[in-house]
Amino acid sequence: MFVTILILGLVLGGTYALLALGLTLQYGIARIMNLAYGELTLAAAFVLVALMQGFGISPLLTVALIGPVGYVVGSLLYTVMMKPLVARSSGGKLDVDSILATFGLLFLIQGVLLLVFGPNFTSISYLDKGVTIFGVTVALNRLIALGICVVVGGALVIALATTRWGLALRAVAQTPTSAPLVGLDVNKVARQGFALGTALAATAGATVAMYQTFSASGGVVFTMKALVIVIMGGVGNVGGALAAGLLLGLVETFVATAIDPGLTLAATFAIFLLVLLFRPQGLFGKA
Amino acid sequence: MVNLFKHAKACTTAFAVAAASFMTAGHATAADDTITIGYAVALTGPNATGAGISTVPNYRLWVDQVNGEGGIEMPDGSRKMIEVVEYDDRSSNEDLVRAIERLASQDKVDLILPPWGTGANLAIAPLMARFGYPQLAVTAVTDKAPEFAARWDRSFWMLGGGHDYATGLVDVLAQARDAGTINNKIAAVSVADGFGIDLIKGARPAFEEAGFELVYDESYPLGTSDFAAIMSEAQASGADSFVAFSYPPGSFGMTKTAQAMGFNPKVFYISVGGAFPIYPGIADGKADGVMAIGGVDGTSDSVKAYFDAHTAFVGNPPDSWASAVTFASLEMLEQAIGRVGLDHGDLAAELSNGTFDTVIGQVKLEDNQLRDLWTVGQWQNGAFVGVGPADKTGAAAPVIPKPEW
Repeated sequence: MFVTILILGLVLGGTYALLALGLTLQYGIARIMNLAYGELTLAAAFVLVALMQGFGISPLLTVALIGPVGYVVGSLLYTVMMKPLVARSSGGKLDVDSILATFGLLFLIQGVLLLVFGPNFTSISYLDKGVTIFGVTVALNRLIALGICVVVGGALVIALATTRWGLALRAVAQTPTSAPLVGLDVNKVARQGFALGTALAATAGATVAMYQTFSASGGVVFTMKALVIVIMGGVGNVGGALAAGLLLGLVETFVATAIDPGLTLAATFAIFLLVLLFRPQGLFGKA
Repeated sequence: MVNLFKHAKACTTAFAVAAASFMTAGHATAADDTITIGYAVALTGPNATGAGISTVPNYRLWVDQVNGEGGIEMPDGSRKMIEVVEYDDRSSNEDLVRAIERLASQDKVDLILPPWGTGANLAIAPLMARFGYPQLAVTAVTDKAPEFAARWDRSFWMLGGGHDYATGLVDVLAQARDAGTINNKIAAVSVADGFGIDLIKGARPAFEEAGFELVYDESYPLGTSDFAAIMSEAQASGADSFVAFSYPPGSFGMTKTAQAMGFNPKVFYISVGGAFPIYPGIADGKADGVMAIGGVDGTSDSVKAYFDAHTAFVGNPPDSWASAVTFASLEMLEQAIGRVGLDHGDLAAELSNGTFDTVIGQVKLEDNQLRDLWTVGQWQNGAFVGVGPADKTGAAAPVIPKPEW
């Protein structure tokens, strides 16, 4: 029972954490609260299905290649749509402006997805094989999601902590007004942060497509889940998002198995509420 | 502040212009040789998925077919082409009610087709009654249909209630249990939302009465995407029958999880979504034996013709639960108009008392409700066919135990 909860919970948590990594980068570094985040993940999910069904391209290949595509899309999005907001904003205005702008973007992307891919539920069957780990059977595609999450998240944590590039990103995240004083191009770094976040959103979306049913109108579910994890982990804190995602997966699985599956949502939001009340900077954020 | 105000003003102007253009569009269609039919359905928002499967394609297919034949035949033998006024309610009941109000009082359409969903149909029922329009509520599953039909005498309820589907399933399982094919243990899960709650409430006493033991009975929140924990508990429960009162994302998720973990109950039942044409693909081609809510007569030529026409027009086959009934409701409307014309009172009386030849066979409503319904269906040889009630014309014999995944 304990091993079952641990393994199922970690696998579920890995898929949650993968979803949240991009959002935490976008908000933490570029200071853009991207409400269209879920729609961007969905777009990637639809692309994966279209490539698989239309051209027979292996989903794993798409997952590997969609990150760079997402980076380019994110970079363009930042240059075209976000930069004017950044340019004219001062103080806390960017937060509000970016929320309004991406709220509009949400409906734009959703409308395009509905037009192109239709309103139907979409689901593919790929690597739905069971893999037995310590006597517990988990789906291979979810295990892959956990793997991607650990590798990408781990690499990000290390890169942010040890490289010069990571230092620049952290500097802009902490004090965007002082960063130019030490010769940092804030605009460039913010664009990189936003684009990297979009790349991660696309990777997460493509991974989700392998194991979950989705439809063009369901993006907000992803945004909500990611938002809860980002705030729990501390905004902009990649390691925090990883830990919070895994924790959430463990708690949900524990509650579903040992108490009642009906209480998983309640448990999630109970933890969320506790964090907001007692550690508003997030479990791993600095005050 | 000034900026904001300006912006708000620009918005209102734009809205007024848009509304005005809608109105003229509506008026322009009101000519004598046409029938205007209006509807407001969810083309965007969370309900767009359901409406896009069961409702909108059938409305469009029907209009296309009728107009292709020269229009609807009137009692005097003349034909009138159908003009459609279509609004998107954006999955919001407030927008929906406004749109119905506009269809009735500004567009003055001859007939209004119902929206998708139980809640949406209930939301417009008082308004439809006030304006006197007949309401052929198809995609509304409610145990209170008898009360509603009595309260709004021009409303018609055509998809039964949760209780019907729950008892229908129990009947099928009881027969298999009595034949010694399955044990008397049931593992049931239900989504904690209107439909799942209705069904499990109907099923619990029905299972008990039939002598079944519910060894696992849990609900899960709407939006749950991971079923590994639930399914492993169900597998460990020792039940031969797995029953899920679920919405499509759950139905699909549980199918995949069961396949991944090698969970092979003798009966695998899911609810909404099981009858969707995409289901065999989701089940990786191993859908045969899976039971779900709904069904169509697998032996009927008219059903086959309807499936072919739907596939040719929409690009994919219809779902095997609400779609055929939706189409049948439109055929009833067409035949009723042919008999009594467009007067709303006469139409409602004819729909209530008349007998109609439709794609789902001969239909005669009882107290404004369609009671002759498929409650349980099963994938057999790649088609989703009705297996319960067992005494219904065209019922196939259920295959139990289900072949392994």
